[in-house]
Amino acid sequence: MQDRPQIEGGMEKESEVVLLGTWSGGYCTRIELALKLKGIPYEYVEEDLSNKSHSLIHHNPVHKKVPVLLHNGKAIAESLVILEYIDEHWNHDPKLLPDDPYERAKVRFWANFCDQKFQPSAHNIMITKGEEQEKAIENFWEVLKVFEEEGLERDFPTKSPFRNGDTLGYLDIVVGSIACNFEAFNEAVAEVLNLQKNPAFYSWVTAMKDCSLMKETLPPHDRLVAKIKSIFSLHPSN
Amino acid sequence: MDRSGAWPSAFCYRVLWALNLKSLKYEYLEEDLANKTDLLLQYNPVYKKVPVLVHGGKPISESLVILEYIEETWPQNPLLPQDPYDRAMARFWAKFGDDKDSEEPSFMAIFIIVGEEQEKAAKEAKEQLKILEEQALGEKKFFCGNRIGLTDIALGWIAGWLDVIEEAAGLNLLEAESFLRLHAWIQRFKEVPGIKEQLPDRHEMLIYYKQKREMFIAS
Repeated sequence: MQDRPQIEGGMEKESEVVLLGTWSGGYCTRIELALKLKGIPYEYVEEDLSNKSHSLIHHNPVHKKVPVLLHNGKAIAESLVILEYIDEHWNHDPKLLPDDPYERAKVRFWANFCDQKFQPSAHNIMITKGEEQEKAIENFWEVLKVFEEEGLERDFPTKSPFRNGDTLGYLDIVVGSIACNFEAFNEAVAEVLNLQKNPAFYSWVTAMKDCSLMKETLPPHDRLVAKIKSIFSLHPSN
Repeated sequence: MDRSGAWPSAFCYRVLWALNLKSLKYEYLEEDLANKTDLLLQYNPVYKKVPVLVHGGKPISESLVILEYIEETWPQNPLLPQDPYDRAMARFWAKFGDDKDSEEPSFMAIFIIVGEEQEKAAKEAKEQLKILEEQALGEKKFFCGNRIGLTDIALGWIAGWLDVIEEAAGLNLLEAESFLRLHAWIQRFKEVPGIKEQLPDRHEMLIYYKQKREMFIAS
């Protein structure tokens, strides 16, 4: 049995799939979910973002961020770009994106909404305190309301718990990788996602959270609570 | 098929160029963003912004999402390469320089900054342009290879808007001697049929951006 080649110094085996990521990074969770759903074996390399490896800087010189997917010696960055790459290169079932162009446009739109509105509004709650935090929470709830009314009700009216039929799809992966950590967030910061306030969104997220694939891929609860608390405490009070 | 746009939004031109390159017929509706129509609010309730493409009564928002839709619905004159890795690169660079919140690529915000901040912003902007020239474009004719593609369309603001912004702000970011390849690309881009006839009037744009800059400085 051959030893696995080291990653440093560009010695990757050409056919290997390697994911550079961080254990708590939601955007990295997305890639792991996609690779697992497609049954693609991969090697995971944990990056220390306070001390970036040569490999990371070499493979993502533009943004120096994770996740980065290495495949056949080539690097792809930006989680949404990576997801589309995975779906196109390994185009067997299960498909991540729907077939119909209009449906594809919808999931892409809401994926962007997740990254441009949903995730930042949640992040804002984490880094504020007192009155500023209250405002941030109000803003978060408004964002969720838009997601529910325009997204879930209008664009994806379906009985299925997921947005892609019976399996996790592109939008489930994109949103779930962030939102399914809500219990850790509720515990570490403030209870912002609950059934009473946003039932449609909450039901979707809990359905995803109950998948065994999601359970095994999400960062461990206690470790994540500790990490969120440490980020939260770094920011000075008002 | 309708398109709602607001002159001189670079994001709207992306869609016009894609439609032209695929020889598609469309109707263009100009929106006054200070006085949005019910139609726009109905078609883009989430952001209330342009561009919006309406096809068969169904609205699609966000310029890059629209471009992918156009590419997938009308495969003639493809704007994306076939190979998944090349497609990934095209998409990666297409997003480069887009600001999530504004109507324009984030780059363009530079024209409303003044003083010391402007110097810093100018330096950053030049670095970004360098990255685009060296890593995204390289020795290729177009960002997407030998033919114009999605990335070129997405970065079209460099060809049509950047020099106007520079003039309005009194800057010189894309110096000809330092950015030979980007300058060559700009010339090529502007000559492509479908782009050539659909470039905003430079003189009018200059007036528009100078006014905008004055308004920001005054406030």
